[in-house]
Amino acid sequence: MSDLTVKLPGLNLKNPIIPASGCFGFGKEYAQLYDLSQLGAIMIKATTVETRLGNPTPRVAETASGMLNAIGLQNPGLEKVTEQELPWLEKYDVPIIANVAGTTTEDYVEVAKMISQAPNVHALEINISCPNVKQGGITFGTDPDVARELTRAVKEVSAVPVYIKLSPNVTNIVSIAKAVEEGGADGITMINTLLGMRMDTKTGRPIIANITGGLSGPAIKPVALRMVYEVSQHTKLPIIGMGGITNVDDVIDFLSAGASAVAVGTANFVNPFVCPEIIGQLPERLHELGFDSVEQLVGRSHRL
Amino acid sequence: MIKQERMQVINQQEIAHCIFELTVQGALANEMAEPGQFVHIRVADSFEPLLRRPISVASIDLEASQFTMIYRAEGRGTGLLAEKKPGDTIDVLGPLGHGFPVEEAEKKAYLIGGGIGVPPLYELAKQLNARGIETVHILGFESKQAVFYEDKFRKLGETHIATVDGSHGTQGFVTHILNELPTDFDTYYSCGPTPMLEAVQWAYPQKKGFLSYEQRMGCGIGACFACVCRTTKSETDYIKVCSDGPVFPAGVVIS
Repeated sequence: MSDLTVKLPGLNLKNPIIPASGCFGFGKEYAQLYDLSQLGAIMIKATTVETRLGNPTPRVAETASGMLNAIGLQNPGLEKVTEQELPWLEKYDVPIIANVAGTTTEDYVEVAKMISQAPNVHALEINISCPNVKQGGITFGTDPDVARELTRAVKEVSAVPVYIKLSPNVTNIVSIAKAVEEGGADGITMINTLLGMRMDTKTGRPIIANITGGLSGPAIKPVALRMVYEVSQHTKLPIIGMGGITNVDDVIDFLSAGASAVAVGTANFVNPFVCPEIIGQLPERLHELGFDSVEQLVGRSHRL
Repeated sequence: MIKQERMQVINQQEIAHCIFELTVQGALANEMAEPGQFVHIRVADSFEPLLRRPISVASIDLEASQFTMIYRAEGRGTGLLAEKKPGDTIDVLGPLGHGFPVEEAEKKAYLIGGGIGVPPLYELAKQLNARGIETVHILGFESKQAVFYEDKFRKLGETHIATVDGSHGTQGFVTHILNELPTDFDTYYSCGPTPMLEAVQWAYPQKKGFLSYEQRMGCGIGACFACVCRTTKSETDYIKVCSDGPVFPAGVVIS
């Protein structure tokens, strides 16, 4: 039997499959469909200090092999997440990775300090890459100095290991990865969505009310793979890879490129059972490829 | 309970201009509880188009484990769905959302539909009739070519048709018919374009009403926060059309 377990800072995963933040809410919707304890971990929806309503609608638009979204970090706020959403998830035997967002460094610090103390939060994912909010978000993820300082500030207060979620909307992603490593990050999650647009051909207006949105889905997998491949060669930090994963072979590809675990996002909207299905198929696929464990696969492309 | 199943296509036909009636069979049909719930369909096994399509259910046949959907083939996704033939299978997720509460009607109900909002009212009318409720149907369409199920509705109760171009029934909108009708009903149910739902609410501020809304959807189960609407119930939160709705009591949704 293949060994699916993965050991990462703060995270002892049963398997490398994690639903991605923003695509899984706080788990309740998917808990109607299957037992969440099967999952490697859960990345919950981005949490900010205050309640956020997010952007006006339309917030999503379908594109070729993908979709654009501009939800705008809608979330019930730190207090409700720590008092209601996280305790509700405690009945499942699954570590939670809390996604932290904000407008200022102080916001990030406040959320990180508080949310990292929740008993089932085993790691933080710092969202310095949301392309859909006017302030904060991506502005922290596109300048190496700003990213390094934010990482330092969050590391100082967090009770659990800190992963930084990188944006692909930069000229040189390696420089951002190195900066967060210097800032003391324990790991990297990548990639967030790629900024894009879709027009209404008849009216000439953008379809998304926010004008631009983040592109996700199978369309972005090649970009994500390339970035994981590059970053994994230039930092020692473990990577949780994501971007267009829809099936077991996509998972294999990300591990080969240098990710230690993966997150599945948009595919949950297409097939809500995609995570448990991939987990079920992984042992056989590893065996077919001649591997006994997930860890043997990590970064194999670098050794060829 | 929500299920995902590859269902068998039993029948598909064009019943009005670009309007298709599609009947499928499978265990999922037996999970259908309320009229007004919808299903989310993957029209192709490829990544193109990627997302599912929300489709409304027009009638449910629990004995045969079948249900019938009616949709307008207008885009790439529904265009592909229209090509499905008996013997094909389609990936269906459902039933989703909260439908019309049939138990709220007392004696007489108005069922007011516009265009592709008409289909769920058919199953609703059947279930209300089965409970002894008298139903009056007020249905609006673009033109004569787009009218469907008129005879089927007539068999269940008094039926009025409006067309925008006047090519069939009353010329104008459903509200033109409503203005001429008595108000001796206790409950109304409505499904159609948002401006129509607004007009219906304005017409009957004193009556008990339930409205089914539409919004661009992502996941269909409440996880992606795409199909949100502002609500009179909270200044700090949205409601989700897919999982909190699509049917809401009158006065709840701010559109």
